[in-house]
Amino acid sequence: MTIAADATSPTANRPGSVVCEGNEAAAIGVGLARPDVVAVYPITPQSSLVEHLSQMIADGRLKASLMNVEGEHAVLCGLQGVALAGGRTFTATCGPGIAFMFEPYVRTPGLRLPMVAALVTRDLLSPQCVWGGQQDAMVVREAGWIQMYCETVQEILDTTVMAYKIAEHRDVMLPVNVCHDGNYLSFGVTRVEVPDQQTVDEFLGPPAINWHIALDPERPMGVDPLTGGAGGVGPRTFVRYRKSQCRGMQNALKVIREVHAAWGEQFGRYHAPLIEEYRLDDADYALVTIGSMTGAAKDAIDLERDNGEAVGLIKIKTFRPFPLEAMTAALAKVKRVGIVDRAVSFGWNSGPVYQETLAALYRTGKSIPTISFIGGLAGADITVEHFSRAIALTREAQCGRVANEPVWLNEND
Amino acid sequence: MQRQSRDLFDASTIPNDLAPIATVLSGMLPGDWRSLRPLIDRLKCVKCGLCWLYCPVQCVIEKPRWFDFDLAVCKGCGVCAQECPHRAISMVEETGR
Repeated sequence: MTIAADATSPTANRPGSVVCEGNEAAAIGVGLARPDVVAVYPITPQSSLVEHLSQMIADGRLKASLMNVEGEHAVLCGLQGVALAGGRTFTATCGPGIAFMFEPYVRTPGLRLPMVAALVTRDLLSPQCVWGGQQDAMVVREAGWIQMYCETVQEILDTTVMAYKIAEHRDVMLPVNVCHDGNYLSFGVTRVEVPDQQTVDEFLGPPAINWHIALDPERPMGVDPLTGGAGGVGPRTFVRYRKSQCRGMQNALKVIREVHAAWGEQFGRYHAPLIEEYRLDDADYALVTIGSMTGAAKDAIDLERDNGEAVGLIKIKTFRPFPLEAMTAALAKVKRVGIVDRAVSFGWNSGPVYQETLAALYRTGKSIPTISFIGGLAGADITVEHFSRAIALTREAQCGRVANEPVWLNEND
Repeated sequence: MQRQSRDLFDASTIPNDLAPIATVLSGMLPGDWRSLRPLIDRLKCVKCGLCWLYCPVQCVIEKPRWFDFDLAVCKGCGVCAQECPHRAISMVEETGR
């Protein structure tokens, strides 16, 4: 396997502007990162991402091996071998695909393999559904992967490239899921700027994937052995690795910030790395959003601002690791907050982002009224009107009247 | 223990808490947790070699007139006793360990 990037090889893409859908933007980002092996099993709404990558490889625009596999489980098992041999990898999946991938998926962060995978978020079965939602990503949020949720098609391209730099950072060494909303972003067509290959090569640097654990005849070692028996040294060794994994996650918060700043400096596009505060500084109350819904939410905020409402918005980009410091700083500015989820926490009868926002609120030392909004399930559109309603309900939220029920935004569509 | 074809690399050059790797060969052999051991009746053994073929841990050793077992490696699964066409192998309980 050739690991060193060849500067004279045909580049994945020509720099400039293109008009493309989110899945193609992800594929372009992957091409710019020049992976050695790509293995992707198609699944709606991710399928066109595979098609774009296959086309790029067939055309010679991307010099990578395309591994044909029989399913998502084999995808990630195969790519683990590639990473252990030192190769840069890419895959993408969603919904039932990630369910089938789960066994190697949970093992990847423990092996500290710095892989990048797109999660084209889709609602989970059943009821049968092939449309967008973030339930798949929310289910796997404790699997140990870094999760970054994109708001725009451009952000998908940029984040996909940045993800490699974050994953492969020596203080992190963890896999990254670049999450983009199925349908709304995956098939949303817009103009994107494509950076030039040489600048991206310089930005990413040569890959360093398997310096710590390897399938390498030059360095014979047992990969992922048992940590030992049921007591004493076995669990103690296990704890040592788990602690280090948690530390890697915490280190990622700093690295994600640095990489986003470096990206902005290099390419002129500054994306909020962890949390974006939108019209928040003088706000009395705010919405919390995640992913592509944020666009409509910002429009609704602007409308309410025109009506004299002091409302702002907190967008979560990085959900794993949870950006506690940035989130508490944002939450400290407001007196009421409404949290909009595109997924359900079955255990809490509310949204998962809602629950985690409550956890962050505790650290601010404040107890303020909150509402859990759930919308956008199974591809439903969360429109400006829905957000206006959420804003109105949040404004009226009173202390001591915490609703036990979430507000289902699309219930009466 | 068999020597590796190549010396193991110096694992101290990488952090010891990043990902689990093994650079020391473990002496943990299946014989340590066996509860039944195979016992061969030398008069019944015709050296057909079926136990040698079937043994999942390859612990069957060829002796001049019969087949025997390396008990450090044998895990006591009993496949040999099940497959022996002459019923020359019986599984007896391990005691006193």
